[in-house]
Amino acid sequence: MSVESQPVQSAAGSPAQKNAPSSNQLLKLLRYTVLKLGALFIAVAIGIYLIVLIANMGGYVDQMIIGQARERISLQVSMDPELKQLPTEERLQMIDDLVAIEERRLGLDQPFLVRSFRFLWNALTLQLGRAQFMSSDSGSRLVKNIILERLAPTLLLMATSNLLVFFINLFFALFLSRHYGSFLDKLVISLSPISTAPAWFYGIFLILLFAAVLGWLPFGGMVAAPPPEQLGPYLLSVGRHLILPVLAWLISSFFGGVYGWRTFFLIFSMEDYVELARAKGLSDRQIERRYILQPTLPNIITNFALMLIWLWQGATILETMFNWPGLGRLLYQAVGLFDSPVIVGSAVIYAYLLALTVFLLDFIYALVDPRVRVGSGGAGR
Amino acid sequence: MKWLRQTFTDIKQYPSAVGGVIIIALLVALAIYTVIAIPYSEAIRLWRGGEDVWGDNPRLAPPAWTNLFRSKKLPETIVLTPDGENVTKSTSVISEDMYDVTLEYTFDYPYDDFPQSITFFFTTQYEARAPHLSISWITPDGRKIRVGDITADYKLTYRLDQDARLIRRLDGAAPSIGLFADPERAGDPVALKGTYTLLIQATTFEEDSDVDAKIVLYGKVQGLAGTDHHRRDITVALLWGTPIALAFGLLAAVGTTFTTILIAAIGVWFGGVVDELIQRITEINMLLPLLPILIMVGTFMSRSLWIILGWIILLSIFGAAIKGYRAIFLQVKESPYIEAARAYGASNWRLITLYLIPRIIPVLIPRLVSSIPGFVFLEASLALLGLGDPVLPTWGKLIEDARANGALYNGLYYWILEPAVLLMVAGLAFAMVGFALDRIFNPRLREV
Repeated sequence: MSVESQPVQSAAGSPAQKNAPSSNQLLKLLRYTVLKLGALFIAVAIGIYLIVLIANMGGYVDQMIIGQARERISLQVSMDPELKQLPTEERLQMIDDLVAIEERRLGLDQPFLVRSFRFLWNALTLQLGRAQFMSSDSGSRLVKNIILERLAPTLLLMATSNLLVFFINLFFALFLSRHYGSFLDKLVISLSPISTAPAWFYGIFLILLFAAVLGWLPFGGMVAAPPPEQLGPYLLSVGRHLILPVLAWLISSFFGGVYGWRTFFLIFSMEDYVELARAKGLSDRQIERRYILQPTLPNIITNFALMLIWLWQGATILETMFNWPGLGRLLYQAVGLFDSPVIVGSAVIYAYLLALTVFLLDFIYALVDPRVRVGSGGAGR
Repeated sequence: MKWLRQTFTDIKQYPSAVGGVIIIALLVALAIYTVIAIPYSEAIRLWRGGEDVWGDNPRLAPPAWTNLFRSKKLPETIVLTPDGENVTKSTSVISEDMYDVTLEYTFDYPYDDFPQSITFFFTTQYEARAPHLSISWITPDGRKIRVGDITADYKLTYRLDQDARLIRRLDGAAPSIGLFADPERAGDPVALKGTYTLLIQATTFEEDSDVDAKIVLYGKVQGLAGTDHHRRDITVALLWGTPIALAFGLLAAVGTTFTTILIAAIGVWFGGVVDELIQRITEINMLLPLLPILIMVGTFMSRSLWIILGWIILLSIFGAAIKGYRAIFLQVKESPYIEAARAYGASNWRLITLYLIPRIIPVLIPRLVSSIPGFVFLEASLALLGLGDPVLPTWGKLIEDARANGALYNGLYYWILEPAVLLMVAGLAFAMVGFALDRIFNPRLREV
């Protein structure tokens, strides 16, 4: 779905009123964290269980495991010099028997309900199995290694673009709310529908213009081929490859984001207490910092985290468009190769990443928002 | 209805929204026209039919109207059929078992550039001995070039550009260039404009033997929208992409919005355990990665667009939007009119559907309209991942086809730009209308 660009106007928090003594605040924070983690872990477990159920729709998880077992056993039998003398039919029979034993050993003859919990356990402990066709750049066939290898590039791309977009949006929106009604303000408002299109869409145009027509920047990838040997030129090359995807991200979220924030700040700056501060003769900068930014900080953080949640998914296609060797492109390749363990593994990893983001949100929230800080237990959510 | 009219007059104050409404109306008209003019089965035939459908189209040709912006006009495809105009066929008897069939094709060539390639499709009738053909080419300045001598089987496809002997005869130039090039300008070949004549002299050896030939001079531009790597006419996919994109976006937006609202209303109305449960499910749902799950559905279950649509709705029933609606419903629930309705004994269902939900419509309509482009783009995103519908031609699949076949690298910009521009236009139209509606229904926004 589209990137949620409008700021959440009312924070998720439920009001908890009491003020805590500062001495045991740390303890409370710890308690809060542990409770949050526990709740989140249960949510992750249920989420991953649902993913297992969905993945099992066509019995694919079973087929995945049996297929892997058959592959391994066939290899074993065909490599065994003693068994080589046997006629082909007997050997095939033997493979079938061994696969049946393996099925029993793995418990595939048990009802699905029982098995599904074992899948859940495997997924939770990140035992994601082996890929059917793909392998990591270091040669590993373990899904976990393949995915871990791709995390860093995704993080690089998404962190760069999101941080950039977030702060540019925020400060530009503050600027606009100060110059409310100016030409620039009106321009941004009228251009805000541009943000409906996702980043990959602008990626097409950017590649077309800067790579195909002008030839200034590379079409895609993360680093020039062959990669430069020294660190300096290597980083420079990565930087050059970053420009277009980051720009695509910026274009797709700039106008809508700025419009949303600007409206948000304007609504806040019409509150009575801001009027009062203005009447007292405080400077614009002071009003901005103390009376607008500070009270809206929880909302700003919520939005930041929401953006992070959307980020993981928005990256999938942007990476494909720019041949960026990250998680998203991995998913694309796995779809092309029908490599089911990698697809299921990616979904599990995505669920974990989302959970991590939600946790981070809650944690930072607790640090910033005094109401949440005091209200321990389930009050925050 | 008064309310509807009021909305309409309000919209008129936003020129961009008026533009959006006009574009949406045009798109809907185009969609209706498409579904009527090219019925579903016909669209599938045109898009999946095979060589018979698109064999006469050039490969990867930009649309014909691009010639308007070119100083050097690119040729369109010229198809010479035996029953066309400017074709003469004469038969004469040479001896008892030798007959002469002469086919003479004349055509006008007004273009600056050379055709993409030239192919002859021969159909001959004979019983024992195949006819012998000798083909020659007469340029507007009167030169006569021997193209080749061949013996034609029942059905023979003769591609000039693959005839090594002809290439040698033309001093190494590709026949599609060499046959048209102006001899005066050897260094920089330019097509000679004028009337060309193509002579096929066949010697047949049986009385009932006959020769016919269809000649296709593949152009470098084609039709309204150009062709893709399979020689298919892109117009079909562009046209059929319209109803699909609109239907998908609208159904997904309506489906997700109304289910979410219903759930939020039920949660608020019953409160307690139900509300708690809905809240918790929403939180778990937030952890479910939408795109990877859709990818799993696409790979393991079905690629049908409508099944994917069902899953999108299913996964967003407990979407994050519930929190926003919940906050509004919580306020509405305390209103006196709800109290009154409860007092006269309205049922829970009646209260939820007729008293709670209608109050949220002002918030709902702008959101619904604004969420349509997101789903239109989601369809394109899925197509880009190779999970497009296996039969339907959609805008997203066009972009994916173009991207996968290196349209951007090879300068075939029309291929990727046409669906992209349509997507953009449709997305912007809905976004602009949604934006205006948001301001109309939320007066607080109008002040700022």
